[in-house]
Amino acid sequence: MDGKPHPSGDQRFRVLEATMKRHQYQPNSLIEVLHKAQELFGYLERDILLHIAHSLKLPPSQVYGVATFYHFFSLTLSGRHTCVVCMGTACFVKGAASLLSTVEQIAHIQAGETTQDGGLSLSTARCLGACGSAPAVVLDGQVVGYQTSEILGQQVTQMMDHSQSKVAT
Amino acid sequence: MDLQELQTLAEREQEILDAPCIRCCTVGGCLSANALAVKEQIEVEIATQALNPPIQVRGVGCMGLCSRGPLVRLDPTGILYDQVTPEDAPELVHACHKTLQPHLPKALSNNAPLQPSSYQPRHHPFFTLQHPIVLENSGHIDPKEIKEYMAQKGYLALYQALYDMTPSEVIDQITQSGLRGRGGGGYPTGLKWSTVAKMPPGQKYVICNGDEGDPGAFMDRSVLESDPHRVLEGMAIAAYAVGANQGYIYIRGEYPLAINHLETALRQARKQGLLGSQIFESSFDFRIDIRIGAGAFVCGEETALMASIEGKRGLPHPRPPYPAESGLWGCPTLINNVETFANIAPIIRNGAEWFAGIGTDKSKGTKVFSLAGKIQNTGLIEVPMGTSLRLIVEQMGGGVLDGTAKAVQTGGPSGGCIPAHAFDTPVDYESLTRLGSIMGSGGMIVMDQATNMVDVARFFMEFCMEESCGKCVPCRAGTVQLHQLLTKICEGKARTEDLESLNQLCEMVKDTSLCGLGKSAPNPILSTLRFFKDEYLTLMHNEGSGDYHPP
Repeated sequence: MDGKPHPSGDQRFRVLEATMKRHQYQPNSLIEVLHKAQELFGYLERDILLHIAHSLKLPPSQVYGVATFYHFFSLTLSGRHTCVVCMGTACFVKGAASLLSTVEQIAHIQAGETTQDGGLSLSTARCLGACGSAPAVVLDGQVVGYQTSEILGQQVTQMMDHSQSKVAT
Repeated sequence: MDLQELQTLAEREQEILDAPCIRCCTVGGCLSANALAVKEQIEVEIATQALNPPIQVRGVGCMGLCSRGPLVRLDPTGILYDQVTPEDAPELVHACHKTLQPHLPKALSNNAPLQPSSYQPRHHPFFTLQHPIVLENSGHIDPKEIKEYMAQKGYLALYQALYDMTPSEVIDQITQSGLRGRGGGGYPTGLKWSTVAKMPPGQKYVICNGDEGDPGAFMDRSVLESDPHRVLEGMAIAAYAVGANQGYIYIRGEYPLAINHLETALRQARKQGLLGSQIFESSFDFRIDIRIGAGAFVCGEETALMASIEGKRGLPHPRPPYPAESGLWGCPTLINNVETFANIAPIIRNGAEWFAGIGTDKSKGTKVFSLAGKIQNTGLIEVPMGTSLRLIVEQMGGGVLDGTAKAVQTGGPSGGCIPAHAFDTPVDYESLTRLGSIMGSGGMIVMDQATNMVDVARFFMEFCMEESCGKCVPCRAGTVQLHQLLTKICEGKARTEDLESLNQLCEMVKDTSLCGLGKSAPNPILSTLRFFKDEYLTLMHNEGSGDYHPP
């Protein structure tokens, strides 16, 4: 199962190699492999994209094209904390737009950006399928429902403070 | 596995299932409302009380009433408790115990006594007006246990199809049942199957489209999380009917729990010999692989979805050739939605006539809707086709939170808004199309008087603009232009003439776009223009009037 070790000694390449091997280095497994790479590395660095292109015998342009086409893949490192505001219809009708602008004002960033200190990444989602508890937000991977600007504002401020104190220590 | 083994397993499991049990919803909305902690606490409580007879605790799928989660049901009485917290566990266990031993004294509790939900499944219209077929096992069985599915006659239909029917007989049954595609288009399923079956023998594929991209729709997620085997069985029957040996389930990356349950289900089915080679010891082979989407709405379109399975960018291509003739890697491909596949096993088991007896003249069976928005009871419902919107919104949904309903949006970004005065419309494919909307995959968002319809149209156009794949110009550029026009209107800078260009642009994008995304993108505008034109007109910039700020 295990792939060959990477010259850099980074164990994560071993796992990536195993994934590609399981798919028999088929070019059509590109999206599966990118999913794995992002899970392992957090984002898709240029070198990793080139490595995948080489392994699957695909032109780098095609790998880059696929990686940038799908929203799920990120070519930049995200912040220590993440906040995803659901912009699905049910959440929208229940005021998701004002939730988003609250966070944007607190963090001084736009959706899709990360704060300068790398503390918080803000993004939007199409629909989490958590319409029953709209408006919903995902904070550090946890779906929380029934949000208001006040509650969310407090939580985001806490997350940013926490992240700053971490940097300080 | 043979029939005998299947039935023995099912019977043994049925006895266990009928025993007293506390069932906790551990998927979807309840999960994000701390359902797992509730279940764990109930287990701890039962262990410490060392009850006799013992009470089982099971994590099950969606019970439907997502807005009141976490939901817990005591079986066999069927009493439902809503908004349960871990602190309620002692009282819940006591209540369950009391149903078994009625003479038990009342629990001593410092808190306010735990009250059963006011939404009792046997009495409340939210439940009594439903007709579960697709959701029949949802909330009753543990989605991670294949045996529980077998106890509900699971995989019996596959056995019947393989041993008692020829492929063409299976297709005949599906055709006679009148089942139509549940993904939105409403294309007759039997016709699609027979087209693929008629193609010359060779490599063929079956694809399940679980790329539920419409915002506000979570039916497929719920079916896959709550009853994954039903979809696998439907796919296997389809593969037998059309002569395929390989299947793919394309599922959104945003649904990690559904992916997890599907992977478990696939593993169990393979182990039991219900998928893979020589299914039920017959000569029929069928493998299923999962493909995880990466967040592109356009991949819900079948040709784009197939490109994505091939590992490419999700770009659609012109039809014909239809996937039935030339699909995945150029081979004949059958592609159906999750809910369509979920309907197959019951049709084979109960017969086409039974299914055709439900619903309306042209729309047979039931439809699952996810009811959300400004409404009292949010959740999943399954109603016979032809049920009126009024019944769904006012009785099942319990009406709007405060105030009155203004419109219901169906079909997501490809659909339209149906005004309150048309709520008596029966919900079927044709009626919704006549109103300028579509059935869609089943999202139903209720809007109240505070919702600005122009803002809603702009919201959907922003969605389409960002999700346009960029392959064809009408969609790529047209959606941007439409969005700009709507923004101009919302900001009160537009003039009445702009409405005319809005209309023209809509028609152009609709007529000339390559795929369904672009063709249907103008629908939210056209339907709001049709029913809520006054809202557009009040936003028009007229000399002397002040600026308008949309809510």
